[in-house]
Amino acid sequence: MFDGIQRRVVSIWFPRLASDRVLRMRPLEGPFALTLTQSNTNRIYCLNTAAERLGLSAGMPFSDARAFCPDLQSRPADPLADRRFQHALRRWAVRYCPWVGLEDHDGLVLDITGTAHLFGGEATLLMDMRQRLSRAGITARIGLGDSRGAAWALAHHGEGSAPIGAALEALQDLPVTALRLEEKTVTALGRLGLRTINDLASAARAPLTRRFGPSLLMRLDQALGQQPEQITPLKDPPHYGVRMTLPEPIGIKSDVMEGTSRLLTQLCEKLKARETGARILSLTLRRVDQDSQQVELRLARPMRDASRILPLFERGIGDVDAGYGIDQMRLEAVQVEPMAVQQISHVSAGHKDQLDDLITRIGTRIGLENVQRFLAADSHIPERSYQIAAAAFSTPDSAWSTIRPRPLHIFPPNPLMGTHAAPTPPKRFRWRRMSFSTARASGPERIAPEWWLEAGGWHTGVRDYWCVETRQGRRLWLFFTPQSPSWYVQGEFA
Amino acid sequence: MTPDFTSSFPLRAARVHEVCGPSAASFAAVCASTAQGTVLWIREHWRPEGLNPLGLSPFFDPAKLLIAQVKDQTEGLAVAEEALRDGSVPLVVLEISQPIGLIQGRRLQLSAKTGKSTGLCLIPDGMGSNAAESRWRAAPLFDPFSAAGDSTLQRYELIKNKSGTLGSWHVRWDTASRRLHLVSATGE
Repeated sequence: MFDGIQRRVVSIWFPRLASDRVLRMRPLEGPFALTLTQSNTNRIYCLNTAAERLGLSAGMPFSDARAFCPDLQSRPADPLADRRFQHALRRWAVRYCPWVGLEDHDGLVLDITGTAHLFGGEATLLMDMRQRLSRAGITARIGLGDSRGAAWALAHHGEGSAPIGAALEALQDLPVTALRLEEKTVTALGRLGLRTINDLASAARAPLTRRFGPSLLMRLDQALGQQPEQITPLKDPPHYGVRMTLPEPIGIKSDVMEGTSRLLTQLCEKLKARETGARILSLTLRRVDQDSQQVELRLARPMRDASRILPLFERGIGDVDAGYGIDQMRLEAVQVEPMAVQQISHVSAGHKDQLDDLITRIGTRIGLENVQRFLAADSHIPERSYQIAAAAFSTPDSAWSTIRPRPLHIFPPNPLMGTHAAPTPPKRFRWRRMSFSTARASGPERIAPEWWLEAGGWHTGVRDYWCVETRQGRRLWLFFTPQSPSWYVQGEFA
Repeated sequence: MTPDFTSSFPLRAARVHEVCGPSAASFAAVCASTAQGTVLWIREHWRPEGLNPLGLSPFFDPAKLLIAQVKDQTEGLAVAEEALRDGSVPLVVLEISQPIGLIQGRRLQLSAKTGKSTGLCLIPDGMGSNAAESRWRAAPLFDPFSAAGDSTLQRYELIKNKSGTLGSWHVRWDTASRRLHLVSATGE
């Protein structure tokens, strides 16, 4: 078995992560607390040192804390932002070693095996860590040991480092709470008189297992390095950006297109490897005078075919003012969607791709959401019997059914002035400065408003729709509102 | 004597045509019914009257309709030109609100020729361009003999034709077979 290098683990505990985060943004003097409403009580979530010195503690009701300390300043807590802050610290900690994981919600764990010498030894590394964190205004307790358990124990109880292979000596005087045990187990151990780790390590193992189950001794062994414990580093999110720096500035459109095509090829390789397709692409062109211009391309559907995306950039690149020349190009897939590999067959039409490209090209001119299609909707109300959706984000459906004839054009109802208020269609009427005489009318078709929805124009109640054929030729869709008698035109047939 | 309707009605492909009159939209819908593939309908977004897909469904499946809402006519012409040149939509319908000149009309005609797709401009009366291949006037007619509620009698008048004679026909749309039937005009 290989045991050339002893594993070394650093555990960093941020006892005041939440309040440090807020105070970094907005420094305050005096006692400060973050409050969180839990089960109808506003409780203290996190405190700064000044408040702790006054005897306040996390978890106490906020009103009590105000009674103790009238000049306590407070702010609502934001656990999600704290979580993001912890992730940011994790990214920062990657500067020390590549193997960094999260510990609970307020700590980090770093496997610094074989990286300490890069910083001039373990002591220097810890000092560097402490200095940087305190300069950033973050309170941290750092422990170093052979195992994750030992490092955790040292970080939470007393701070310090355990020398290689001497975990028990370093930990023996620490209380049993340093073993990451449950509250109940710690109390029970206290009743048995086992208060420190040394007490526990020298006690007989079999009765302890019988009394507390295997987890107690597992924690002890993990702390002393007799049982392994893994550190899970988080996966970095994939990065879809490529760039190119040019030795000489360029300015001709064909040169920029050539550069874009090289970047696109690289980017599409990345997209293909991860089975994703780009939905929004952004090309940043930096000019010699440090100014930069952006070309954004929104695609009608996820794509990763460089030869198809390139012509779509043509219009955007044509509008770019190159100035004294462009010397850096950066292409990024801003929005990425999963796109599985598909079987190409002779029946899959290439025609569809061409249409999507056309939608993209039109979309770059008038906005992708302005290219629309109709989707069927389930309603009797004429204006609601269909929906309009952006074509790039919907699929066509063919569930169109009409029982009664519907007009080709539909418009906001025009009232017919000067007609009699009878429930049968008027013999003569004027509409849009044209006079019509009714030749034949079929109806009525009664449509009731949908009371469960707020509908514009339907406050007049039910409508009786009539198809009216006029002697002049035009076929109109009229309706009569019996509850407030008047006639309206709402549509025109083919 | 009335010339042959079939010589000019399925509109000549790869050209831009114009239609005016109160039934222009239904004329476009009839053209769309024979088009193989997606139809692009370009309209200005401020227009109060909207197309009703349920009203279009007797003519063709509304799923094959794409609508481009444009800001003004210039944008509409640009979109139409792009779509015609691309050739992936067999029919592009463009609603026009201002007169278009010879230059714009010719550009549309050239791009239709490149992309081999047909263009149809719905124009207000008298606002066409001389570059159009043909110009039609479509108007509904009252049909005293049909059943109430499903009459679709119309008069299609060919008022400009670059390659043929003019004429006027009465037609009726048959919803069941989705075909246009020529009706012999009754004596007037």
